[in-house]
Amino acid sequence: MQLGFLVDLHLCMGCKGCEIACKVENEVPLSTWRLRVKYVDVGAFPETKRTFTPLRCNHCENAPCERICPVSALHYIDNGIVNIDSERCIGCAGCVMACPYGAIYIDPETQTADKCTYCAHRVASSMMPACVVACPVEANIFGDLEDPTSNISMYIQDHRDVQVRKPEKGTNPHHFYVGASQVNLNPLASERVEGFSLFNKITHLPLGGHHE
Amino acid sequence: MIHESIAATQAVVTLDVPLPDIFWGWFVTMNMWAKSIGTGLVFMLFLLMKKNPDEMKGLRTPTLIVSFIMMNVFLLFTLADLHQPFRMWHIFFYPHWTSAITVGAWMATVFVGLESLMIVVMLRKDKCLLTKNSTGFFDKLLFWVTLLAIPVTLYTAGIMAEATARELWQMSTESVQMILAATLSGSAAMILLGGSKLSDKTRQFFGAILGLSALMAFIIYMSEYIFGGMKSEEVIAILSNIKGDGDYATMFWIGQWVAYILPMLLVALARVSNSSNLLNLASMLAIVGLWVIKHVWLVIPQLLSLS
Ligand code: SF4
Ligand code: SF4
Repeated sequence: MQLGFLVDLHLCMGCKGCEIACKVENEVPLSTWRLRVKYVDVGAFPETKRTFTPLRCNHCENAPCERICPVSALHYIDNGIVNIDSERCIGCAGCVMACPYGAIYIDPETQTADKCTYCAHRVASSMMPACVVACPVEANIFGDLEDPTSNISMYIQDHRDVQVRKPEKGTNPHHFYVGASQVNLNPLASERVEGFSLFNKITHLPLGGHHE
Repeated sequence: MIHESIAATQAVVTLDVPLPDIFWGWFVTMNMWAKSIGTGLVFMLFLLMKKNPDEMKGLRTPTLIVSFIMMNVFLLFTLADLHQPFRMWHIFFYPHWTSAITVGAWMATVFVGLESLMIVVMLRKDKCLLTKNSTGFFDKLLFWVTLLAIPVTLYTAGIMAEATARELWQMSTESVQMILAATLSGSAAMILLGGSKLSDKTRQFFGAILGLSALMAFIIYMSEYIFGGMKSEEVIAILSNIKGDGDYATMFWIGQWVAYILPMLLVALARVSNSSNLLNLASMLAIVGLWVIKHVWLVIPQLLSLS
């Protein structure tokens, strides 16, 4: 079994339902996110549009975070999920430096690394991840990539524009996007302009270690 | 080049909260800097043994003690940078061998253990139970410790290479830079430590190592600076922080001047004028400048948003 995710960006309307559901389900502390929906505004007024991209851990087949973790706190489980054992983590931030997608954060409460686990605990009880359940337009499709009859496999077969983030990194993500442009997937394809963010003053909770 | 399409799309991020930028900060700089001096001194002591063993007299123990102190500074800052320092023992009880962090931690521990043994052997000379010929034993161990110092110096480059998100750091260049940092700071520390115990000829020999290390490291940095961006858009974005009015441009050039350019010039002048003071000044500048340049190179890839 190889679990994977696909987000159909044609359907996503940026409501952030998945983001909130994830926060609640996994008790993600303030100022940290396992899943977040990125907004990028494209074009010049009046020809503007807003794009929405849910970003989470890609559960890479060749995961740099798993490789660099000195204590195997990050590890694969049988269904292909890259899981994390926060009791084992020493907080070296190696995984934060290795993940090319910025998917890992240091939890300010436990001082350990954390990230999206595809809700491994729910999956173990045959439930869908919280974000899948919360999405009002069923833009998040979750299932077994090794089963050709699963929803996700059929979606991949039926669509031509199936993409992953940063394929050049050789991580082989198990997280796909349909209907994405470079603006959605490539951080260098958009600018971050001071004062243009909808949240301008984000307070990060203090962390251990030294961040200067 | 995808970045060039921004003019057409005018794409601006209006909602995203990337990770707070710098995760490996100056504690990790201290780690790399102290380790360079620690292993570099061992390399230099070994060279001295091969070149002129008579001059090792009175230098074996002090050199090893300074190296040992620097290695402990390195370990201390490594530990202090962990978010869960009291779980450090996990590295020894749950080691994950694909991780350069694990391999490095084990090697560094063995290295420091061997250094302690060498120091004890020298300090307890007559009362040593291990050997009667403590100097001979020390010199034999020095060979193995020097061999071990090579991977201990290199493994940080392995960690940087495993940091897939940071395109700037490539194993080949970083490993050469690690060795050069060790020979640069090691020779500089040896010149300062050896003082009058070293003959003029030997000091000039270490001066030559210092000057050549500075030259080669400088060439590599300049190559990255000029050509680095020609094959990767991420590297262009990262290097923009040290070009033009980039936030780290001044610090980068201070580092290049203090660590490499000035020591190179001073070493050349010291050779011509046979001046000890110029060589000492070159050594001090190299040691200080190395910290600055290591810090800049550590921080700039972390300024790039990954999402
Ligand atoms: S996206 Fe990042 S955190 Fe997730 S598996 Fe890949 S490297 Fe690890
Ligand atoms: S921060 Fe924790 S999970 Fe990440 S690499 Fe270090 S020990 Fe592993």
